[in-house]
Parts: sequence; structure tokens; C-alpha cells
Amino acid sequence: MAKRFALSRGKLITLLVVVVLTGLAVWSVHDWHQLWKISSAPDNVPIVAMLFLVPFFTWLGVRQSQANDQLIAKLEEDPKLAKSHHRKVEPWRPGWAREIHVWPYLVRIEFLATVIVTIILFVWSITLNAPLEEPANPNLTMNPSKAPWYFLGLQEMLVYFDPWIAGVVMPSLIMVGLMVFPYVDSNPLGNGYYTFRQRRFAVGMFAIGFLQWILLIVIGTFIRGPGWIWFWPGQTWDHNAVVYDRNRDLHDIVAGMTGFSMLSTSWVLKAIFGLIVVSLFFLVGALFFHWLMLRGGFDRIDPSLPWWKRIKLWMTTPDEFEKKLLSRTSLLQYLTFQFFAITVLLAMPVKLVLRLVFTIKYVWVTPWFNV
Amino acid sequence: MEETPDKKDTKQLTEGEKANTSLVGKVREGATSLKERAIEEAKTYKDPQDTQLWKSIFRVSHDRSDPRNRSLAVLSNVFLHLHPAKINRDAVRYPFTWGMGGITFYLFIVLTFTGVLLMFYYHPTKADAFKDILYLEHDVPFGKLLRNMHRWAAHLMVITTWLHMFRVVLTGSYKRPREFNWCVGVVLLVLTLLLSFTGYLLPDDQLGFWAVTVGTNMARATPMLGSEGPFGIQLGMTPFNDVRFGLLGGSIVDSNALLRSYIWHCIGIPLVASIFMAVHFWRIRKDGGISGPAPVMLEPEMKAVKKK
Repeated sequence: MAKRFALSRGKLITLLVVVVLTGLAVWSVHDWHQLWKISSAPDNVPIVAMLFLVPFFTWLGVRQSQANDQLIAKLEEDPKLAKSHHRKVEPWRPGWAREIHVWPYLVRIEFLATVIVTIILFVWSITLNAPLEEPANPNLTMNPSKAPWYFLGLQEMLVYFDPWIAGVVMPSLIMVGLMVFPYVDSNPLGNGYYTFRQRRFAVGMFAIGFLQWILLIVIGTFIRGPGWIWFWPGQTWDHNAVVYDRNRDLHDIVAGMTGFSMLSTSWVLKAIFGLIVVSLFFLVGALFFHWLMLRGGFDRIDPSLPWWKRIKLWMTTPDEFEKKLLSRTSLLQYLTFQFFAITVLLAMPVKLVLRLVFTIKYVWVTPWFNV
Repeated sequence: MEETPDKKDTKQLTEGEKANTSLVGKVREGATSLKERAIEEAKTYKDPQDTQLWKSIFRVSHDRSDPRNRSLAVLSNVFLHLHPAKINRDAVRYPFTWGMGGITFYLFIVLTFTGVLLMFYYHPTKADAFKDILYLEHDVPFGKLLRNMHRWAAHLMVITTWLHMFRVVLTGSYKRPREFNWCVGVVLLVLTLLLSFTGYLLPDDQLGFWAVTVGTNMARATPMLGSEGPFGIQLGMTPFNDVRFGLLGGSIVDSNALLRSYIWHCIGIPLVASIFMAVHFWRIRKDGGISGPAPVMLEPEMKAVKKK
């Protein structure tokens, strides 16, 4: 028992970092009332709930993945054992029925679930009222006027892309991208059990997408204030705040830096310049994902080496297992994946950083559309 | 208590004066035998499962818990027959399943139930909509509870749909042979979001009005189909004939938009979603039930890709 609760140095450092970060976060809050007003708005309660639910279920999944991964590692080390050993973390035992009756063993769980959900709904509905503002008035704009929370990700995307991308193209790409997910995942392993070891890349890609979606919603809810201006959590929403728009197009910046002023006068040159930049982005993105999908587990690198050598080795040598998976992938699967990965998973954070950190407005300007 | 002496009286009467049987005696005799019969029959009704009424409803007896009856309990019930009679012992483990798909479906039922009740009090017109909400909140018995529950169940349904999807990804359950059912699920996710969004406008308050204004303004920018989208002007799109006009039934969010979102919310999308749900559930069975917890596979056991 004592060993279970023993704190290793790594855990202690993590704990310390968490405590310091929490302390800093609390210290940086200037306006608790504003923070409370945002998080207690009835329609924002689901997001607050998700901040707890998503980590909990992630933990539940990760815990089972770890257990399965340990079993897999043990059996792959010892092929002889693999032939006779059980294949589940909680294996079947002699005397147990292999199958059980749905009535009552499943039906009672379903019944219990409905009862619990009903109770939660009743308590929630009695304690918290659905919001109702003043009657609709087209002459009085709500500021900030926000979409329902589950669409705030799209609304936040409007900051980084023009509406035709953020509102139409991106949602369509996300939908189609989700649908093609099973068809581009050529890995036959990990079908019906939690595992990370065998599906590192697929799970990682989905997790990144899911996290981005949640992150955009959190930004849209907690950070965007009147005028869709960036207010840190705890900062007072200033309805008279004006932000000087410093954003410039990439071709203007390049023209200013190189002295090649032709670039910002001729639309043909602007369009060609933008096309080259976007093409380069796709090329670099494709190389990045290709490199990423061949990275194996860090634990597969010789642990006796010092850590910097291990990192270097991890970054330079493709993993054998991941190579095997790639060889099973057809060209069509590979290209489809690359297209969705670059346009959805990579373009979003890249444009976010370009806009927020480097104050770049557009990278590709044409008379018909801007990207 | 008085029955016994009565009985004796009648008996004495019949035994003693057979020839002199009066009409009263005959009636008494008939009543007694009827009563005895009723008592006899009532004894058999003590077990309701033995009645014809019960058997006509449930078709099979549930009084014994032998395997056959347990299977029939599921197979012969229209609400339960989506389930198989028996499932893998591990398939009910909550840490594996999370139960989010089932809860999502239950929330859909809750929303249908509360939604139908709300429809009794709501008129989708600019003159009445907002007043109806006030009426619901202040005068209708349990009206506030009804509206709150509809709202929160809708929010919860969005969350459970996402978590269900998350579980399916983590367990690799979208893999062969369930790829198509995953696609059906993605469509259901979108329909869930649209259901929630169309309902947002219905109270006709500032919140819904501006949320829908922001949402539909994006439709203006649809490439080729929107008046402000790329190549929209070149294709003759104006604010009065583009895709946003079609969604709102006008160039601004007004009475037509209210009616359209009401019909999509109450009839259109639920109907489409029901069809997709039917396919989704049916495919679960056809694809072999829940995907796991399956025994783990090992790297050397990967089969080579088949080449035609």
C-alpha cells in the first residue's frame, strides 16, 4: 500500500508546477465578478460541465489503454506465452458464463441509466432557469452577440478566416473528414479495445482535432468579450475598448522587408505570391505529417542512452511498426488523409498563431477570395 | 360472517321441503352457486400473469426465469427486440461502454416528450412567440420546469453525443465492419447540432435572434451560393435569392424565419434523425453488436493486405 502512494521526483515536480500555475492563475484574476458572470451564465454551464466530463472520460479511457498496452507489451515480448495466455485485462474465468442474458443484465443497466439521467435533469431544471432575454429587437445589437456554445468554435474561427472558409468550407471539411476517418485508417489492430500503443497516430490525430474544437469553444466563451475583443479570464469586459488593427497582409510585410514594392501593387503578383505561399504550406505540412506518422513510441528507443540521444534517435529513425502500417496504406488513403490533416488539423492552429502572434491578416489575396 | 347461517338455512329448506320449493328458494340457490363460482374464479386471478389479458399483452410467461423465458422476454418485446437475447459477458462493463449512445437516445425521447408538451402552448408567430414563453414560465403549471428540462436535455444531448463519439474512437470501434455506421453517426451528430440550433430562435428573444443572425450571416458567404461568397456575384447571387434567403425565408430574421425554424425543429429534422437513428441501431446489430471489449491482437498477428 505504501508504495502506491509514494511520490516520485517526477510526480513531485509536476505537482509543484500545477500548484504554481494555479496560484499564478488565481493571482492574475482582477475581476472575479466578471469571471463568475461568464461561467455562471446558464447557457455556459454545459461548457463548465465539459471541463470536468472530458478529462474524466479521458482518464477512464487512458487507464484502460494503459492496462491493455501493458498486456500487449508482455505478450509481444514472449511469443510462446502469447499462444496460451488470455487476451483481456479482466479475463474469463472457469465457471463463468461466457454470455449473459440481456434480460435482466443489460436492461437493468439501461433502466438505471434512464433513472439517473432523469434525476439529473429534474435537479438541473429545478435549480437553473433557461435563459430568456428581452424580446428580439433587430435595432439593438447584442454585444457580444454569440452563437450557442457548441457553435462558438466556428464563430471563433471567423477571426482567423473569411466567413466562406470558417462558416461553410471548414464545417463541411470537418464533417467529411470525420466520415472518411475509418476509411483512411488502414490499421487492423485496436478494433474493439482501448489501446494507445497500437494506434498512436490515429488516436493522436483525433485527440488533436477534438482538443482544438474544445479550445476554440473555451476561447469563444471565456475570452471573447464585447466587440469580439480578446479579454483574459478575470479581466473586466470594457464595452468601450477599441483595439487598433495592426494586422497586415503577408505580401505587404514581405514587400516592406525586401523593398520589392511591385508585390503590393499588382494583383497578379499578389495572387501568384499567395499561391506559392499556400503551396509551400501544403508541402511543408505534408512532410510534417509524413514525419509524424512514422514516429513510434518513445519507450521503443534504447532506454540505456541519455535522454538527449534518445530524443535525437526518436526524431531521426522511423519506427518499424509504423512503417509496417504505412506500407498497408493505399495511395488514395494516404493522399485523402494528408488533404484533411493539412486543411483542417494544421491550417487552423497555424492561422491562429499567424494572426494572434504575428498579426498577419491574409497570406493569399486575390480579387475573388482571400485566405 | 352471515353467509354460513344463510347457507344452512337454504340447505335445511331444500332438504326438508323439496316439493314446496318457492321462487325465493330457487333464486337463493342460484345466487349461492354463483357466489361460490365467483370465489373460485377470483382465486385464480390472484396471479395476474395467468389471466388471458396478461397473456394477450405479453405473449410469453415471465413467471419462471429459465433461459428460454429470459430470451423470449427480449425477443418478443417490440421495444427490447433491438437487443440480442444474449450478449458477451464483458459487453455490459460500464468503463468500456460509457453508456453515452444509449443516454443520447434516451435524451432524444425526453426531448420529444417535453417538446410535444411545449408545442401545446407555443405559436410560431412574431406576435405570440415571446408572450407564449412568458405564459409558460409564469402561468402554465410546471411550464417553467418543462421549458428548463427541454433546454438542458438538449445541451446534455450535445455533450453525450460528443462523448459517445470519443469512446468509439478510443476503442477503434469505427473499424471494419462498422465504418458505415460511423458515417451514419456523423450525420446524426450534425442533425443533433442543427436540432439544437433551430430551437434556439424559437423563444424569439435577443439571445436567439442574434445567435441565429450570426449563424445565418455565415451562409451569405457560401461559395457560389451566397451573395457575399466567392464567385457568388458572378453567378447572379443577391441577398434576395441566395442560400441564406432560402434558410430564412427572407432577407432578414423575421416571421418567416421563425416559422421555418419551427417546422425544421419540430418536424423536419426529427423525422430525418429518426430515420438515421433506425439505421444506426439496426446496423449495430447487423455489424455484430458492440465492438468489445475484444481480446487484444498482437503486431505479429496482422494479416497481410489482400491483393486482388
